[in-house]
Amino acid sequence: MSAITSSRGPRPARLVLHGFLIVMALVWIFPLFWAIYSSLRPISDTIQNGYLSWPSGGLSLVNYQTVWSQADLPYYYANTLVIAVPAVILTLLLASMVAFACTQFSWRFNLATLMIFTAGNLLPPQVIIVPLYRIYLNTPIPVWSSIDIGQFSFPIFSDRGLLYDQYIGIMLIHIVFQTGFAAFVLSNYMKTISKEITESAIVDGAHVLRIWWNIVLPLCRPALAALGTLLFTFIYNDFFWALILISTGAKRPITSALNNLQGEFFVNNNLIAAGALLVAIPPVIAYMFLQKQFIAGLTLGSTKG
Amino acid sequence: MATSITPSRDDSPDSGELVATSRGRYHVLTRYDRRVLVVMVGVPLVLDLIFIWWPTLSSILLSFTNYNGVGDLSPNNFIGLRNYQFLFSGYTLFWPAFFHNVIWLAWLFFLATPLGIFFAVLLDRDIRGTGLYQSVFYLPVVLSLVIVGFIWELQFSPTEGFINNALGLVKSGNIIDWLGNPRINLFSILIAASWRHVGYVMVIYLAGLKSVDPTLREAAKVDGANEIQAFFRIIFPVMAPINIVIAVITAIEALRAFDIAFIVNQGKNGLELLSILITNNSISEASLVGFGSAIAVILLLISLGPIIVFLSRVMRTRS
Repeated sequence: MSAITSSRGPRPARLVLHGFLIVMALVWIFPLFWAIYSSLRPISDTIQNGYLSWPSGGLSLVNYQTVWSQADLPYYYANTLVIAVPAVILTLLLASMVAFACTQFSWRFNLATLMIFTAGNLLPPQVIIVPLYRIYLNTPIPVWSSIDIGQFSFPIFSDRGLLYDQYIGIMLIHIVFQTGFAAFVLSNYMKTISKEITESAIVDGAHVLRIWWNIVLPLCRPALAALGTLLFTFIYNDFFWALILISTGAKRPITSALNNLQGEFFVNNNLIAAGALLVAIPPVIAYMFLQKQFIAGLTLGSTKG
Repeated sequence: MATSITPSRDDSPDSGELVATSRGRYHVLTRYDRRVLVVMVGVPLVLDLIFIWWPTLSSILLSFTNYNGVGDLSPNNFIGLRNYQFLFSGYTLFWPAFFHNVIWLAWLFFLATPLGIFFAVLLDRDIRGTGLYQSVFYLPVVLSLVIVGFIWELQFSPTEGFINNALGLVKSGNIIDWLGNPRINLFSILIAASWRHVGYVMVIYLAGLKSVDPTLREAAKVDGANEIQAFFRIIFPVMAPINIVIAVITAIEALRAFDIAFIVNQGKNGLELLSILITNNSISEASLVGFGSAIAVILLLISLGPIIVFLSRVMRTRS
């Protein structure tokens, strides 16, 4: 590592560097720290002593309890899971098929195909939203039974006979949009797999489906794990699609539900802080445990290719 | 990740041969296999065409109409360029929104992105705690812009926010309305957006820096270049492919800007953005489908710039 020798500057320079980094890190972490602090203070305490004060009555989780139970948060988490889990799995399947066919076999339009997917993913969603909204309002979907778990009821296809305002509709647009990104990333990864593996498997008489499922996909496990983590966060964090394509408040996934809950349930800043942090916790925990996957997912998509 | 700097496997001299053999093998594929491959690409492709490219083309078509979403589109709905005429000369919100997007782009381009690159350069060294610093700067990236907006509202809100309280403005009664005053609120939300953008740029740049050949730095040092010279004269040019990716990401991010402005005040009163005008005109408040589509076409045309830059880069590295 040359970095070891090249970065060992004179002592004062290193002190300045560390001083700068420490200040910036504190600036960076402060908004989050402040949100945590606000969320742990009962509002009565804040009103009495002002926002910029030490807690007189100690800290408590009462704001979290209020938000959790009054705003029905578990319900919205469930909405997110119902959409995100199938969407991530199907996106990975579809994208890996595209990447497999476009990298392991040479045919005339494989580069053009990848371009269509990649360019589609780069478009701002608002460019397509007006016609997409009309498509969703005009696409009939069979009304079929629903899965009921306690107070939760999730229609399998649709409960209004349309693609609009349905879990399946949100799932679909995520799958289509993210397949573009995932196909790009996976094809970068699969390019590094020698084509000879596929070729010799074909000579041995294996069908392409078998090669895809039993040979290429297992080789892509690290990329699939990284992408899966990233896709899940993308979908968890989505605000726009659910805002426009879902009208029933109770069907909103957690991130877009949060905006509706503001005003209705989050009547003061301490409750807003608790609500925001409850929604932030899953991606932060995922990040802590899967840091490598996150960063691999992001950089696979951007630095290769 | 090194492939972007050093020639990838496909670019190596024997790649011509590789392609030839795999073409040969392609003919070995059975009809069944070929059909399976067509389905494997075809199903996702058809979905992509129906739900992304058809709406894109429809936006263009609808932008020449006065369609309001009721009934079917008929030839009588076509009004030529009238939507665009009104957009440029009659609609008072268009130019403010356009310039807000331009300011957004400039802010990210000249402040947030360089700061992310600067962090990456500083942290790409053997310094104590580099992992911790990286985690801190990266943390906001995993949060949604909705959460970012909420967290910064706790800083910016007029009487209850941290900033006004810390500056003593609440006590003295000189409250600054960071999110409500149309002269400054765009910059307030840009600070919030940058909080997330900087970490994103940093991570991508760090990955790129790791793949720079270490002997380049050695050589620069031997030649007597200081670190700043070494970065601008050697590292930065070598990083050209990643610089382009970063530029594209920055531009796309600025054009997609929507969430924070919507959370704060539904994109009004100083926070108008092209993306928000599209939804406000055609979906949430009015159903001026044709007019909203014209704004979408403007956004599309601007987006084509970074998209084409990115695709041509992909083309170059693949062929």
